[in-house]
Amino acid sequence: MKVPSQPTGAIAEADGPEDRLRRFVTIWSRAIFPVTATSLTRAEFEVHLLPLARTLCDALHARPFDTAPAQRTGADLIAAHCTDPDALGRSLGVVDSYLVLYCGTESDLPAEELRARCARLQHAMATGYAQALRERTRAEQEAIARSALTARSAAEIALHATESRFRAVFDGAAIGIGIADLDGNVLEINETLTRMFGGMEGQVRSKNVSEWAHPEDGPHVWKLYEELVRGEREHYRVEKPYYRGDGTVLWTNLTVSLLRDAEGRPQYQLALLEDTTERRLLHLRLRYEATHDALTGLPNRTLFFERLEKALAPGDNARFGLCYLDLDGFKVINDSLGHSAGDRLLVEVADRLQSCVTGAGEMVARLGGDEFVALTTAPGGERDVTELADRILAALATPLRIDGRELTVRGSLGVVEGPAGERTPAEVLRSADITMYRAKSAGGNRFELADPEADARAITRHGLTTALPTALERGEFFIEYQPLVHLDDGSVHGAEALVRWCHPQHGVLGPDRFIPLAEDTGLIVPLGRWVLQEAVRQARFWQTRHADGGPLRINVNLSPTQLHHPRLVADTVDVLERSGLEPGALCLEVTESALIGADEDLLKPLRQLAEMGVDIALDDFGTGYSNLANLRRLPVSVLKLDRSFTRGMQQHPVDPVDLKIVEGIVSLAHSLELAVTVEGVETGAQARRLRDLGCDTAQGWYYARPGAPDRIHSLLLADAV
Amino acid sequence: MACDQERTANFRFYSLSRRAISSLTSNTGREHMAASHGDLLETLMERPAWAPPGIDISVPSVSRMYDFYLGGSHNFEVDREAARKAMEFMPGLPKIMQANRAFMRRAVRYAVDNDVTQFLDIGSGIPTFGNVHEVARKADPAARVVYVDHDPVAVAHSRAVLEGDEAAAVVAADLRKPAEILYSPEVSRLLDLNRPVALLLVAVLHFLEDEDRPYEAVAELLGALAPGSLVVVTHASYEGIPLLEDEADGTVGVYRNIRNPLVMRSSGEIARFFEGTEMVEPGLVPMPLWRPESPVEEEDPYAFSGFAGVGRTA
Repeated sequence: MKVPSQPTGAIAEADGPEDRLRRFVTIWSRAIFPVTATSLTRAEFEVHLLPLARTLCDALHARPFDTAPAQRTGADLIAAHCTDPDALGRSLGVVDSYLVLYCGTESDLPAEELRARCARLQHAMATGYAQALRERTRAEQEAIARSALTARSAAEIALHATESRFRAVFDGAAIGIGIADLDGNVLEINETLTRMFGGMEGQVRSKNVSEWAHPEDGPHVWKLYEELVRGEREHYRVEKPYYRGDGTVLWTNLTVSLLRDAEGRPQYQLALLEDTTERRLLHLRLRYEATHDALTGLPNRTLFFERLEKALAPGDNARFGLCYLDLDGFKVINDSLGHSAGDRLLVEVADRLQSCVTGAGEMVARLGGDEFVALTTAPGGERDVTELADRILAALATPLRIDGRELTVRGSLGVVEGPAGERTPAEVLRSADITMYRAKSAGGNRFELADPEADARAITRHGLTTALPTALERGEFFIEYQPLVHLDDGSVHGAEALVRWCHPQHGVLGPDRFIPLAEDTGLIVPLGRWVLQEAVRQARFWQTRHADGGPLRINVNLSPTQLHHPRLVADTVDVLERSGLEPGALCLEVTESALIGADEDLLKPLRQLAEMGVDIALDDFGTGYSNLANLRRLPVSVLKLDRSFTRGMQQHPVDPVDLKIVEGIVSLAHSLELAVTVEGVETGAQARRLRDLGCDTAQGWYYARPGAPDRIHSLLLADAV
Repeated sequence: MACDQERTANFRFYSLSRRAISSLTSNTGREHMAASHGDLLETLMERPAWAPPGIDISVPSVSRMYDFYLGGSHNFEVDREAARKAMEFMPGLPKIMQANRAFMRRAVRYAVDNDVTQFLDIGSGIPTFGNVHEVARKADPAARVVYVDHDPVAVAHSRAVLEGDEAAAVVAADLRKPAEILYSPEVSRLLDLNRPVALLLVAVLHFLEDEDRPYEAVAELLGALAPGSLVVVTHASYEGIPLLEDEADGTVGVYRNIRNPLVMRSSGEIARFFEGTEMVEPGLVPMPLWRPESPVEEEDPYAFSGFAGVGRTA
């Protein structure tokens, strides 16, 4: 057997009584330590057992013999947490085997007496142990039961407090609260909910949740409900209307939650209802105000666009029809009779228009000012919508009485009809607007049907006009050059500058597409100046590169507006000076029509330019009422024959009259010392014939199409070779 | 009104299961509700701090089972039945508990030796012999102790045991909600959080599942404690049990059945609880190996189940 470590602080004489007692304790401790639950270490436990062993030892020798101390020892084992009964059995075994052996040596008592005493001590020890264990068990059972009771009543008190507080929340909540079982039987509702339903608790209570369907319930409402009561959904939130007892409608934001029991099984449904009836009414009113015209009460632009968008949404063979109405001469009425009369007139017109749309899927709206629209989604197609337009014109035909006056109001209608799903609302409205203007310019008091080609023209023209100013800033214009050739030897004489617009959407546009627009908007002046600058700069460049290529001329067109511009001469001089091109190399082309009836004031700038050496060419000669007598007093040095003459030369056989006319003009021109240029030369035969007729220079596809400046460059090179 | 319906109506709000409550107040749930509804629901559904959970002594309690393992009689037959069943799979369970107690005793004395005399014992259970305040006071009579448990019976019992004790108290709170512990009146009264505290998490963290976010809870508690505080942890693990994992699983199953799942974690996972602290020698070890005071070879093999460690906050 291993000798245990000595308890500290005690010095025992080897094999003396104290040492023997400790050896007994060690044996005892080893026997019972494994069955105790103590947190002491073995050594500490031994120290703990030492007084118990001493008590037993003393009791073994005591006179008179008393078993009471042993009973206490039994109890002390319990106090040392040796509550496992095995601890008693092992203790008794140790006492029985070793107490007399280790503690009986000092005694004068006979061995039999010691054995008998030891046995009785064991009996007492067992009694004491059992008594103490019973007491401890009872006490602990009592204590834990009391604690459970205390805890439970504390919980109940707290629960009661919770109940009161929840009850207060339930009763006082501004939100309606209802609890129902999963079959929909209403179990409890709070006062707020009762009030929301009109104050009759019984009416709410007696109903099953499923009876609260309302025609305006979305299909998902009851699907969500079913999912929830089946336990597939924990909660949902919807907007839901209810009928109150009196038949009025209660609108709510409804939140329903599933309540489960402790095992997680669905048990109840809890509904929270927020009364949104007032808010909804307010919302509807605000919505109405936001979507209706205050003056006439008709739907406004916003609502109209909503409907139009719906009408244009792709659908099976769905069609739409739109009448865009603008009153003819409304401004005059407004100006002459005053705004209030104008307003009353609009109200009256609105009423009449309203009476025209009676069918399902028809509506009338006021877009603003005196502009109205009627929209139909009736399936009748073009026939329906033209009938609607007729009804509208008829409704306006009866004179109106405003302030005692009879007024006749007429309108112009643009009508668009077509399949849904192809155009956007903006496109449709623009088409209607353009068409309405066609009706207006055709005299008004009528409707026109939209025509894609007319739309496209108007749209392009409109688009180009608005895009022109920025196009110049963005450098979208460029110049192509078409060579002018000497007819006698085919050498390059010069080039005509032709402006082009590289439009971001429409591609390259010729001058016929945008010069008239530029004329209308006045943009022709800066554009013309830019063309002049560019062309002159280019001519100068050619000159410097081909010093021996002979004099190379540049022809630039002048529009009528430019002709009238006061800075024409100054600008031209400026451009020439800046570039260093001599005036004689520049030819300005002016159309014959621009000079018809020109007075001296208009001719003066041209005369000044001519005096400087700039050539002036009369473009498109022969198309206007050519006043031959007038030619004499114009400061012109070149005639450019219109291409209609050269076109006559292409036919076989050549029209002899054309030949005679050209011959006459050439001879006349030459007698006035004017050079003759022909345009539109397309074949060699043509060129030869024109040369024979005495024309000086020519341009046309036979020589070259208009092209980039370097094309002229290469022609010149070919010339030079 | 029929009596029945009255009673049904009385089902009230407490019988709502935690699951129902959490689903109602979870973030995902709340998204779909108007703010006013959400707030009201929360008021209605969330068990407030002042309302204890239900008390049902027909359900075994881990603290009373623990008492049973230690030879106590602070338990009911349901507890004993469950504990006996657990012991069928793992007969040495009482030895594990005993090793826990012995380790805690050494750790408390270590704390006092290192001048940490304030103790926060979370998951204290049923007071039995060798309680923290007894051990601590033997080392330093001025030691202060706050016990925390979420078992209302254990708390009531602790309260009875500690009645009249000025330097020790018990808080009914849940480790999952550290703020409830840290801001409890008992902690404010007894512990000076500006000085180091020994935080005891003995045989409790393994009752927190990962979804209870135990690491965050420990970090939050440690974050509230002064530098130099100690965290004392024991934790169940498959490592060290003198049984096959399958056999030990029987015990895990018993705890799962009584709805107090026992979460076995690896030493690596347990070490993560000490993140941000400096491990006290000898680190994370089986319980008997932590600063032993008696020969290790004399320990019961079961005592080596799981891990123990002490960390010091910086």
